[in-house]
Amino acid sequence: MTSQLSALALRGLTKRFDRPAVDALDLTIHVGEFYALLGPNGAGKTTTLRMVAGLLRPDAGSVSILGVDALADPVAAKQIMAWVSDEPMIYDKLTPLEYLEFVAGLWGIDPRTSEKSARNLLISLGLEPHLNERCEGFSKGMRQKVALAGALVHDPRLIILDEPLTGLDALSARHVKGLLQERVRTGCTVIMTTHILEVAERMADRIGVIASGRLIAEGTLNELREQNGRNDTTLEDMFIALVDTEAAAA
Amino acid sequence: MSSTAHLTWFARHEFRLAWREWLAMMTGGRRRRNRAVIGLLVFAAILHLPAYAVVARYVDLRFPLDPSSLIVLTATIFLSWALMLSQAIESVTRVFYARADLDLIMSSPAKLTNIFSIRIAAIALTVSSMALLLSTPFIDVLVYLGGPRWLAGFGVVLAIGLSAAAAAIAVTAFLFRVIGPSRTRLVAQIVSAVIGAGFVIALQVVAVLSYGTLSRFAFLTSDTAARIAPAPDSLIWWPARASLGDIEIMLLLLAAALVLLGVVMAVFAPRFADTVASVAANPAAVTQGRARAFRSGSRQQALRRKEFLLLRRDPWLLSQSLMQMLYLLPPALMLWRSFSGTSTAIVLITPVIVMAAGQLAGGLAWLTISGEDAPDLVATAPLPPSRVTRAKIEVVLIAIATVFAPLVVALTFASPQQAAVTAIAIIIATASAAAVQLWFRAQAKRSQFRRRQTSSRIATFAEAFSSIGWAATAALALTIPVAALVSGIMTLLTLAIAWKISPRQI
Repeated sequence: MTSQLSALALRGLTKRFDRPAVDALDLTIHVGEFYALLGPNGAGKTTTLRMVAGLLRPDAGSVSILGVDALADPVAAKQIMAWVSDEPMIYDKLTPLEYLEFVAGLWGIDPRTSEKSARNLLISLGLEPHLNERCEGFSKGMRQKVALAGALVHDPRLIILDEPLTGLDALSARHVKGLLQERVRTGCTVIMTTHILEVAERMADRIGVIASGRLIAEGTLNELREQNGRNDTTLEDMFIALVDTEAAAA
Repeated sequence: MSSTAHLTWFARHEFRLAWREWLAMMTGGRRRRNRAVIGLLVFAAILHLPAYAVVARYVDLRFPLDPSSLIVLTATIFLSWALMLSQAIESVTRVFYARADLDLIMSSPAKLTNIFSIRIAAIALTVSSMALLLSTPFIDVLVYLGGPRWLAGFGVVLAIGLSAAAAAIAVTAFLFRVIGPSRTRLVAQIVSAVIGAGFVIALQVVAVLSYGTLSRFAFLTSDTAARIAPAPDSLIWWPARASLGDIEIMLLLLAAALVLLGVVMAVFAPRFADTVASVAANPAAVTQGRARAFRSGSRQQALRRKEFLLLRRDPWLLSQSLMQMLYLLPPALMLWRSFSGTSTAIVLITPVIVMAAGQLAGGLAWLTISGEDAPDLVATAPLPPSRVTRAKIEVVLIAIATVFAPLVVALTFASPQQAAVTAIAIIIATASAAAVQLWFRAQAKRSQFRRRQTSSRIATFAEAFSSIGWAATAALALTIPVAALVSGIMTLLTLAIAWKISPRQI
């Protein structure tokens, strides 16, 4: 499924607030890979991804997205990327279709293509009865689905999702997971942070664990088990052991 | 805890909430309590100076007055009542919709009728306290110069505040019953805005139609008003008589206000729980949009379309636009009359229009530039930030042009020179308001619009001074061009200072 081209390459990425939030992080994610970035609260996951998405300027380091230097040419990098935050940011006074029309317009997508794609996306996420209702009355899960559809409507090659399954019911979560896996099958790269370790365990090709702004473990589930020295352990056990070890070392 | 102790405890809780809401409004949520209190005391102390200038000459007034003075005094009291009613409607709506503790209260074993009675009383006292605060310097000056009889003024202010709060609760409950919970919020906002300004505007309209002037006192001090005014012993003059020191009437008015508030509490407190429950059951109306094909265009066009769509659907903007239309009604009427006469008062239209344009542009610029509900989406879109900003400013300019172009065109027929000056001043006032919003932009949700003025006091003052300055400059350009130069330079200096101390010097 994965090729060895790099969809995202971070080198020495650094960001300090009162203390280092991201500390000289090196990370490579390949094209067509489903990558789960895990870590305890405050580990630097969201800060890392916000720098990749162009929402935060790093203090040092480089960000390369499919060969495009995202710091030197942010517009070109943004053209091929989508960002979905944990808090769905949509417009209450727009309908889902209007929202997707706006997103497609921002990315300069031909309306003939984007309209069909928008409808299909919203329908596949179970929003067909609400296509022309304003979002102001939507639940958090519905808003999350609209935001996700917005991220996919311009057919990005790199999708970055920060806790995308928060607030979704089981059926919606399955819809979202299916949609993301389908994108990965077509060659798209997905990077996702999550606290639901079972999701990472089931869906991710590779998993990275970040703590105190540094990558402390990375690999497939089996590689992580080997690193941990136990073949029958769950990701949850490994995660807790890794984070505890890191905390003790700090 | 006994029932009485329970109620006392809840009353303390309500007043603490009211105090903190007020504090947050004063400090922009920055928790500078001591500075806010000191600032308030200094403000109240300084207010004694303008109060002296305004009311010192009236210390010897006693009932009976001549009809004109009686009418002006009564109209002023009624205007104060209307403004307090406007503020109270806004408070009631906020309590119905925005308090985060409603679920907690509704699910508690406390007797809801009592709890909501206290909440109604708290609204009444909050409104009255604010009115007392603002009126104290004026009453102080009158008491100091004219004697203790003027202390009755405090009673009148309290009576006005209590009755305005009672009326506000009745109005809001009526709206709930007639149009339902989902529309009440919007309609209450509009009603509140219109009530606040409606009385003054109505006086101006009458003045324009009858006397060809924008002065709201023209009608109040006219022979016609004096002729149709009721006899001096009429109940209508009671508030004026009470404020002139008639203690007996003041106590009667205060008692009447308390009875009115009591009746409102008795009637509406038991229904309050149902009202809140119906709001919770209808968090937002399901509004169906129109299904239509996606449109093509540039990325900036997509941004502009989105901004226009959101502005069209924005309840604040709707109420503000209606307000602007109301404010523009008197000058528009004056303009219309000028076609059939040679009134020189038409010059007054220009500052009114320019001022309205500056104010509306400030609000629009905040909504488009700072009030972005999906900042991450726009920031991750593949277009440079400068083009995003440009598209948003274009929206403000187009919206202002749409609202004010008809007036300028109409003005062209009356006076092409004045129309040109007005158009230029509108453009400058709009650009200045947008610039201030750009310099002081702070990302916020559109729903936080009410608090925009507290997020940066400097921005608020800069925006207001800029609108006033350009309005004055335009008026002077038509009458004393040399003075316009001075006024223009002063306004530019104000903007330059705002730019210098702004967090974003662009």
